[in-house]
Amino acid sequence: MRVKQISIFLENKKGRLLEALKALGREKINIRALSIADTLDFGILRLIVADPDKAKLVLEQSNFTVKENDVIAIAVKDQPGGLADVLSTLSNAGINVEYIYAFADKQENDAVVVLRTEDIDEGIKVLKKANVHMLSAKDIYSL
Amino acid sequence: MFWQMEQETLKRAKLEALQLKRLKQTLKRVYDNVPFYQKAFTRCKVKPVSLKSVKDIEKFPFTTREDLQANYPDGLLACGREDIVRLHTSSGTTGKPKAVFFTKADLDNSANLIARCLVATGCTKHDVLQNMMSYGLFTGGLVMHYGAEKLGMLIIPSAVGNTDRQIMLMQDFGTTTLHLTPSYALYLASHFEAKGINPAKDLKLKRAFMGAEPYTEETRLKLESSMGIEVFNSYGLTEMNGPGVAFECTEKNGMHIWEDNFIVEIVDPATGKQLPDGEYGELVLTTINREGMPIIRYRTRDITAIDPVRCACGRTHVRIKRIHGRADDMFIIRGVNIYPQQIEQVLMSVNGVGKNYQIVLESSEDMTIKVEFAKGYFDGNLDNLNTLRGTLLDRLKAAILVRPKVELAEPGTLPVSEGKSKRVIDNRKVY
Repeated sequence: MRVKQISIFLENKKGRLLEALKALGREKINIRALSIADTLDFGILRLIVADPDKAKLVLEQSNFTVKENDVIAIAVKDQPGGLADVLSTLSNAGINVEYIYAFADKQENDAVVVLRTEDIDEGIKVLKKANVHMLSAKDIYSL
Repeated sequence: MFWQMEQETLKRAKLEALQLKRLKQTLKRVYDNVPFYQKAFTRCKVKPVSLKSVKDIEKFPFTTREDLQANYPDGLLACGREDIVRLHTSSGTTGKPKAVFFTKADLDNSANLIARCLVATGCTKHDVLQNMMSYGLFTGGLVMHYGAEKLGMLIIPSAVGNTDRQIMLMQDFGTTTLHLTPSYALYLASHFEAKGINPAKDLKLKRAFMGAEPYTEETRLKLESSMGIEVFNSYGLTEMNGPGVAFECTEKNGMHIWEDNFIVEIVDPATGKQLPDGEYGELVLTTINREGMPIIRYRTRDITAIDPVRCACGRTHVRIKRIHGRADDMFIIRGVNIYPQQIEQVLMSVNGVGKNYQIVLESSEDMTIKVEFAKGYFDGNLDNLNTLRGTLLDRLKAAILVRPKVELAEPGTLPVSEGKSKRVIDNRKVY
């Protein structure tokens, strides 16, 4: 299901990532998952946090350029081929995945995969049809 | 519409003959009366009689800003002090000011040149000019004033500042024409907005003359649409009378320069060699119709190019392009002359670019352009940022012929520049 993700523009300057993480730490905002997409000069830090609205505010107050957008979170069996099955479902339906990252669920024996498709609604529809286990915002934030 | 139709539309052959006659007279005048020029000519082994054609001006020495300063206050006078009726000086932000002197005939002539410019933009005696330039030693106030008076316009000598009063004057006296700097025009436009005045509806403004500071075509278009006026580029410098040296006509495609009063050359700022028409280089001007203080081959430090194509308005005098920058601002990367304004023009024309940028010169081969993306442009997607960077790279390469590095920066992270503040950081260790 739809889960909110925070994207932060990171200039390729020493200490920028640290500053962003410190700002969140000060406000006791726990990071559930993170990924960094980077080019030579800049990167985008993507975060799944317990309180995305507050995280956005805190980061903006620290002069970061932040955007909140939606991604899809799914639970995948922590076993070989688990993710491949999901991706071929999307691929067969002609849906492009823009980016993807994963983290392990501490309680269940599942991997949690965050993915962004070009068309989120279409992605959800296809995954639902294939009975992929999607996680709600509540599931994710309380992990 | 012309002010001095015969002179403004003189056939090229006649115009060039007149130039030659006046140039010879001027060279003789300074050689006979100004010790500085007598010495300079002797050093270059030339005499006024060495000049057989206008092209021969190449053999004569340049006059620089430093020469004017060294001859301050009145070392370059070519007549007696009793024949001088007015002086103006440049602002003199660096070192001594430069003083320029006018005889009665010089003042009358400069007023006629201004009147030519004003008529070329469509002004008539029915127009009302609000002259929002500093009155005093600066030429923008008084020299423009007497030119407009010569044409018969009603002049409001409102000078600079007190924006509320400026607006009141526009409302009460039906101002049709403004003379002001681009930075003040931008301020005025935002002030109209804040006061809820729609200049296109509430005022009688038709046009504005803008000069004295460089500004881009984008700024002109913005001001034209927000105020419902036509903006005409003008170019002038104290050393050459002040305003009205070159002015756009209603074609708004380059500024006419009055060749019966000035010899126009474009030279390579590094070598001083003349460049062909159409090539950008430093503008060099010689006054050929001035009594008090003629100046030979003045290095203006301003970068432009000559457009020799005949203008549709009927004037036969050549046009110069919008000033590209100052020769002092020019830098060389991979052997190519580059002006910061070329870069600014590209940046400001690309959607998604923010307000601030910085040009960092790394070596004789490399430069990095740091540019803020616009607030609200970031959507969390890497592709958009990469596309923006790619567009900037391509457009910059096309404009300056060198592929720079482009770094995107967050809004509000680059130093805010005000007026002529430093956008160029030179880290080259070449000197």
